[in-house]
Amino acid sequence: MWDWQNASPLTGLNFVAMVVGAVVVLAIGLGVVTYTIYAERKVIGWMQGRIGPNRVGPFGLLQSIADIVKLLIKEDVVPERADRVLFLLAPVIAFIPSFMVLAVIPFSARHPFTANLAVGALYYIALSAITIHGVMLGGWASNNKYALIGGMRSAAQMLSYEVPLGLSLVGVILMAGSLNLNDIVEAQARSGWWYIVPQFLGFCVFLVAATAELNRTPFDLPEAESELVAGYHVEYTGFRFAFFMLTEYLYLFAMGGLMATLFLGGWTGPWLPGWLWFAIKVFAFIFFQFWLRATMPRIRVDQLMSFSWKVLLPLALLNLVVTAVLKAFLS
Amino acid sequence: MAQTEETLERLGVPADKLEHHRLRLDDDPDVRTEEMLLNVGPQHPSTHGVFRLLVKIRGETILDAEPVIGYLHRGTEKLAEDLQYTQIIPYTDRLDYLAAMLNNYALCHTVEEALGLEIPERAEYLRVIVMELQRIASHLLFIGTYLLDLGAMSPFLYVFQERERIVQMFNKICGARLTYNYMRIGGVKWDAPPGWLDEVRAFVPFMKERIKMYDDLITGNEIFLNRTRGIGQYDTETALKYGLSGINLRCTGFAWDLRRKKPYSIYDRFEFDIPVGTRGDCFDRYYLHLLEMQQSLRIVEQALDQIPDSGPVLGKVPKLIRVPKGEYYSGIEGARGELGFYIVSDGKDKPYRLKIRKPSFVNLQLLPELLRGQNIANLIAILGAVDIVLGEVDA
Repeated sequence: MWDWQNASPLTGLNFVAMVVGAVVVLAIGLGVVTYTIYAERKVIGWMQGRIGPNRVGPFGLLQSIADIVKLLIKEDVVPERADRVLFLLAPVIAFIPSFMVLAVIPFSARHPFTANLAVGALYYIALSAITIHGVMLGGWASNNKYALIGGMRSAAQMLSYEVPLGLSLVGVILMAGSLNLNDIVEAQARSGWWYIVPQFLGFCVFLVAATAELNRTPFDLPEAESELVAGYHVEYTGFRFAFFMLTEYLYLFAMGGLMATLFLGGWTGPWLPGWLWFAIKVFAFIFFQFWLRATMPRIRVDQLMSFSWKVLLPLALLNLVVTAVLKAFLS
Repeated sequence: MAQTEETLERLGVPADKLEHHRLRLDDDPDVRTEEMLLNVGPQHPSTHGVFRLLVKIRGETILDAEPVIGYLHRGTEKLAEDLQYTQIIPYTDRLDYLAAMLNNYALCHTVEEALGLEIPERAEYLRVIVMELQRIASHLLFIGTYLLDLGAMSPFLYVFQERERIVQMFNKICGARLTYNYMRIGGVKWDAPPGWLDEVRAFVPFMKERIKMYDDLITGNEIFLNRTRGIGQYDTETALKYGLSGINLRCTGFAWDLRRKKPYSIYDRFEFDIPVGTRGDCFDRYYLHLLEMQQSLRIVEQALDQIPDSGPVLGKVPKLIRVPKGEYYSGIEGARGELGFYIVSDGKDKPYRLKIRKPSFVNLQLLPELLRGQNIANLIAILGAVDIVLGEVDA
């Protein structure tokens, strides 16, 4: 097979292949987001004894598409007193990294769309941190008090949870001996167990920190509807608002992919094709998030912070130390 | 910095909490900090209607809060002066629109007391049954909206399932789902249709199950406890000073229920308890709503056993109701506290002046006191637990 991942990127065919690959991944991302939103509304509807969307298309399947079209044709309102440049820029800053992180997620055993990056895990964590800037700038530039509080809360929350999230990955990286996500999957296949077993504590920390990082219930403070009206994107309408939504759901997908890769053996599994295994694992994570949203009330902002620094971080450190010691002794 | 400390001291923030509230930035002479006015409402999703709260915050601490009301003012009391007593009843439906049956009754009861009317037995029982069902429906909605305020979406949709059954029953007995206009001076408008009482009887065990379910799902939830335990706390003395009533008073441990303390209608015939709280915090207020629903079910059960099989539902009432000259007041235990109608009559068929003691309005007065010195994150939790209905506050 044509080994595009190790060839020089900017020569002839490779460049074309790269562009095509990016477009395909974007299309996959958008498709997944569209139907994740649909699935969320449907699943939560069932959990709450409702029907969920069922008007547009068979079983409401076209509901999300109708919503997107509506958002696209809406007027693009910029508040008069807003910081115009930053206001227009913020959704873009938030969105781009959410799409870029998909580049390192290995969807299946061999497919040409995954950058075989040697520092894949680090790349994910580093890029996803950029989104915080978009959120914070959006809140600031709106010149709205609710948006400002929402943006600041968002920044504080995402920064606090980035630390335990990053540390919970280190255990896996130590075991696999690589930052490359493809290698981590292969290391799991070689060792014969998914890392969720030896890294169970790390997995728990990851799951909680990921939920907070995604601003999902019970950590959905930045967009606490009942307190902050809508949080940082309260002043955004139309496709700029859609960008923020898109960012959130792309991260949901990407985080599910990261979890599947690091803890659940990525695309490996018996009988079924790799991409299907990957999809099952990712959607298990996404379903878990829906389930949480239908179950939990929202945690309070100060409790959120102390939970991150006083509970999650020590647990992540403990996991790291235990992993390191065990690895040193066993090898 | 000194200025902040002064403000906090003036507001009565205890000295040991001062350190907690002081911003670190205040110590830095190069940084300018200022107080922020945050306008919560009138279109805020968690103010339960068109309620506006002006909050002055410094950092995350609430320095002062000022409720602004009147967005839903319709002048019910003034309108009543031009209406005959029977005509006022539909206006009471629109006060506390979540407990319209209780409002109906409170007005009719006051007029009946003034006239010294005899109410037929069956009518009294029907009234008690619908009032207690109404109390359950209202408390259910409190639990749903309170949890929605705290960020849990599902309870809000769950409670509507039970509430729907109650509303359907009301629809069968009086033809309306929200504004019933069911009571009349001297009785009720309609007798229960065939099979209606059996439907209520079937509802009781169902509702008991559901209360148990809510208790299982919500009461022990760690996040919920963290957000409500010890939040918005006050003692009996404060509650009495502000004239609070209903659950807002009982949560402090003061057993005051007009159904017991000043029995009206036929409440002296039923066995039920007055659940009281111990700490007077938001959690107690939530939990009392659950417990009171159980007691209401007990009353409904007993009323179903005792109700006479047939009989008139409207007593002998003069065609034109003229209340004798004088002043009359009677209060009942509404869903949110003491709901009273005060009638000044000059002997005509219309009241000279009608004054409503609106429990939501009275209970709301405590809000600024509760909010001062609190973290802004507790604002919605405290506001939600005070349990106001703007239709009643603004009247």
